[in-house]
Amino acid sequence: MIGIVGYGSYLPRYRIKVEDIAHQWGKDPETIKRGLLLKEKTVPGIDEDTITISVEAARNALKRAGIDPREIGAVYVGSESHPYAVKPSGTVVAEALGIVPDVHIADYEFACKAGTEAMFVSYSLVKADLMKYAMGIGSDTSQGAPGDALEFSASAGGSAFIFGKENVVAEVLETYSYATDTPDFWRREGAFYPLHGGRFTGQPAYFKHIIGAGQAILEKSGFKPSEFAYAIFHMPNGKFPLTVGKKLGFKKEQLEPGWIVPLMGNTYSGSSPTGFSATLDVSKPGELILLVSFGSGAGSDAFIFKVTERINEVRDRAEKVKDMLENNRIYLDYGQYAKFRGKIIMAE
Amino acid sequence: MPSPRYWRETPQRYRLEAAKCKQCGKISFPPRLVCLGCGNKDFDTVKLSDKGKIVTFTTICVAPTQFTEEAPYSIAIVELSDGVRFTTQVVDCTPEDLEIGKPVKIVFRKIQEEDKTGIICYGYKAVLT
Repeated sequence: MIGIVGYGSYLPRYRIKVEDIAHQWGKDPETIKRGLLLKEKTVPGIDEDTITISVEAARNALKRAGIDPREIGAVYVGSESHPYAVKPSGTVVAEALGIVPDVHIADYEFACKAGTEAMFVSYSLVKADLMKYAMGIGSDTSQGAPGDALEFSASAGGSAFIFGKENVVAEVLETYSYATDTPDFWRREGAFYPLHGGRFTGQPAYFKHIIGAGQAILEKSGFKPSEFAYAIFHMPNGKFPLTVGKKLGFKKEQLEPGWIVPLMGNTYSGSSPTGFSATLDVSKPGELILLVSFGSGAGSDAFIFKVTERINEVRDRAEKVKDMLENNRIYLDYGQYAKFRGKIIMAE
Repeated sequence: MPSPRYWRETPQRYRLEAAKCKQCGKISFPPRLVCLGCGNKDFDTVKLSDKGKIVTFTTICVAPTQFTEEAPYSIAIVELSDGVRFTTQVVDCTPEDLEIGKPVKIVFRKIQEEDKTGIICYGYKAVLT
């Protein structure tokens, strides 16, 4: 049996409400909230970035796995906000976890699906018997330009998954990936904020790929939507994943535990992985979970997991996503948020 | 912080690795070459607990250049559950939230940047639990 032996997430404590961003730019908050189904989003602390979020998520995954970190043969960090352009995030993460030096490390980038890429490669290496354990992380401190629609959703957080063959919490039953060249969202080298194609990011990008991957994995596996306890689709806003769920034949109740975007925002590479982590937090042995990511550019990775008895043993070893989302929140106004996100030009 | 010094200190800054004297058992953090308790030079590497409490604290309102954006911020002497004490920043709170004896957890955070093009230094800080 190959699957996840430990999982963990981390969300910063800071938040900004949709009202505060809308007020800043003279927009109607109720229209935004109704249109995007968002209430607030996470904001990284002034001393947090993709690396610190990855370390905290990975520490939670290790607590649940209960393994010696030195047995992990690969550490992959998927993000579109790696702090360095040249120097891997993964080396800092692996060093902090005590995994170095006998380890393969790489950073992944594919817009919002870099996290599931890291998961897919980790799973594949374990399946190929090249290593006992491999860790895939999806983590981001997402960028959104001031005044842009993305600013209402771009948030911070991440999740880590350790794959192995022993003491599996969620077995991987099937995987499928779907990708084309689609210029829906991009950030050129050296540019601070990403740009996007507006409505073009919907039908030809998000919906085409995520539905394409979803339909293909259902066909490949032979499972029907009704056989799944839960499904998670990438969450650029609140509305898109609900639309995808409906089109693929899932009910809203199946999406609910992983549909954390109204309070979390879009954590880009950490979005669907953290929705999956929140779903594992409430899942029961024997339940099937469908996870489909989406990354602009564009592509989707799909996984089918079957939860094992071990979930009951490891679930409470680390903080759950719902608790991170709902407890100990510190709210920022727009000025504080702009300072935290480096949006204010300071004197040299 | 110069890169070589930062790099040399990563085991203690990233993983809370301390030196436990093989002769008298005293734990030194940061690690020392000679035990302050007995003068011995043989140590085991031990990983410290990530849980502790505030022994005392102060608030920095006028910060050094690289920390001005964080002011006002709190610095505390924290005692971990294994008895080791060290000075660290306490974050994700206001100075008014702190009290002597309050429990803390050690977390991994960005400490400082050499500048906008230099290396980023990571290490431990504390948060209230």
